[in-house]
Amino acid sequence: MTQESQKKSVPVDFERLSKIALDIRRDVIKMLGIAGNGHPGGSLSATDILTVLYFQIMRHDPKNSKWVDRDRLVFSKGHGCPALYSALARSGYFSVESLLTLRKLGSPLQGHPDVRRVAGIDASTGSLGQGLSIAIGMGLAARFDKKDYLSWALISDGELNEGQIWEAAAFASFHKMNNVPAILDYNKFQLGGSCKEMLDMEPVVDKWKAFGWETKEIDGHDLREIHDALLWVKSSKSAPRIIIAHTVKGKGVSFMENNNNFHGVAPTKDETAKALKELGENDTEIARILGMIK
Amino acid sequence: MSVVRKMGAASRDAYGKALVELGNENPNVVVMDADLSKSTRTDKFGKAFPDRFIDIGIQEMNLVGLATGLASCGKIPFISSFACFLMCKGYEQLRVGVAFPELNVKVVTSHGGISVGEDGASQQSVEDFALALTLPGFTVIVPSDEHSAKALIKQAAYLKGPVYVRTSRANAALVYDEKSEFKIGKGVQLRKGKDVTLVGTGLLTFECLEAAEILKAKGIDASVIDIHTLKPLDEALILAEAQTTGAFVCAEEHLTFGGLGSVVSQFLSRKHPVPCEFVGLNDTYAESGSPQELMTKYGLTSQNVAEAAQRVLQHKRSR
Repeated sequence: MTQESQKKSVPVDFERLSKIALDIRRDVIKMLGIAGNGHPGGSLSATDILTVLYFQIMRHDPKNSKWVDRDRLVFSKGHGCPALYSALARSGYFSVESLLTLRKLGSPLQGHPDVRRVAGIDASTGSLGQGLSIAIGMGLAARFDKKDYLSWALISDGELNEGQIWEAAAFASFHKMNNVPAILDYNKFQLGGSCKEMLDMEPVVDKWKAFGWETKEIDGHDLREIHDALLWVKSSKSAPRIIIAHTVKGKGVSFMENNNNFHGVAPTKDETAKALKELGENDTEIARILGMIK
Repeated sequence: MSVVRKMGAASRDAYGKALVELGNENPNVVVMDADLSKSTRTDKFGKAFPDRFIDIGIQEMNLVGLATGLASCGKIPFISSFACFLMCKGYEQLRVGVAFPELNVKVVTSHGGISVGEDGASQQSVEDFALALTLPGFTVIVPSDEHSAKALIKQAAYLKGPVYVRTSRANAALVYDEKSEFKIGKGVQLRKGKDVTLVGTGLLTFECLEAAEILKAKGIDASVIDIHTLKPLDEALILAEAQTTGAFVCAEEHLTFGGLGSVVSQFLSRKHPVPCEFVGLNDTYAESGSPQELMTKYGLTSQNVAEAAQRVLQHKRSR
């Protein structure tokens, strides 16, 4: 579906990707502003990676969300799902307007992803540490069935505290899982504070290397770097690969960047207006959104 | 009819056989274990179908996560370890990764209960029924002997949705023969009586049968039913028994909290309250010893079931 432009002859339209990323950031603020609760910081840090994945790299078909040969994505940092929901909506899985029902009773857009309710979601997540195992299980299924789809894993830095991540990491290298490309959204914060203060997992790159993974460090907000790294991570021949994407929590909204108060707290009405203004949203739309905030 | 204690194979051995048959029948069946395949008997499948078997090492959390991924791509993963390790260490993964998304994962554990024997309390699962029953959507099966184990595990493979099956390490007295028929969710009436109903699951089903003989000698006419499926519960059978006998004994190799006794008496209290007694472990772990010594010391024999029946009949008469 979206792999056409990977053919060398078609240049990647980074301007288009940049506009999509901006749309996703606006969606995230609108969704969380209206919901009144949720996780802005980790949504915004993952936005650029999700943009390049869904709009340039992954093999998927929004009109056929159960396509057996599609690439899967396990969004292991489930709390950042507003960005994922937006990427799915803007890909065409469901309407962009429905994003504004996030976290409301009866909405398919649960506070953390529910695979049964949302087309395009490949795994229910929200309990940190589980996603890499699930993606590897999907990779095993592809191997059993001799299929060439990839099962992507997007994990967070806080998750590295969890033992299950390292169970999965050891398994993947021992079994040469070359169809489970992984990305670490390394925004340097977790709920209780900075990763350094909470449980410093550095040297992170060395840990993955020691577990048998090949690594590449990038700026997780530079679309060109993300694009090239995603091409690299998906072309493993043997050892599993992981991108260590250095990101900024709250990226794109000045007062949220590196401000961990916005880990799990939604913007107020005033903050929603201010953030949308910063993101270049037009006044009519901002007024409409503010009208939906109690 | 007298009850003869004729020993059969362990229910875990039946699991090994069932898996090999399933492997032949269905190419989507895949099996994973967490370094206990020789004990759980998944090694039989591993020898027959090495391409569809992975002994992943000692990592129960990852075991469940891998099964989630496999099931979400259409495979039918059977995952196994000792009941205490898989259910306790893998529980949260079963919760969010299997029960919540309603995935087609089959969790078949061995070494349930205290009949594990000499290895001691850390290896003996006395809480797995409770854990499995509190996973919404899970079918929960506890076979009593090799024949019911093999038949029910084979059926479980074709049941869409998550299933938990507990098997045992110890050889089990035969309750059935190879011609016996079973249906998941349908209890088996092993004996019809009019005074008291003895409800067993797992190894305690045979103890109930033997207890009925002890009671017969005392002039008490006991019904015996095998509830091999704790969820969904065979409510029709239990209601009919309650209306017939008006007194129940629930016997299980598990804590008396959260297992067979809890689901049966909860149902009865809603639909047809009758006096109940419970045979199981009373808020305790067990210890090392031979299986028979442990079953005796911790009150899980036919004698204990018969005594519980006499107690419950006193309640019934005094009402």
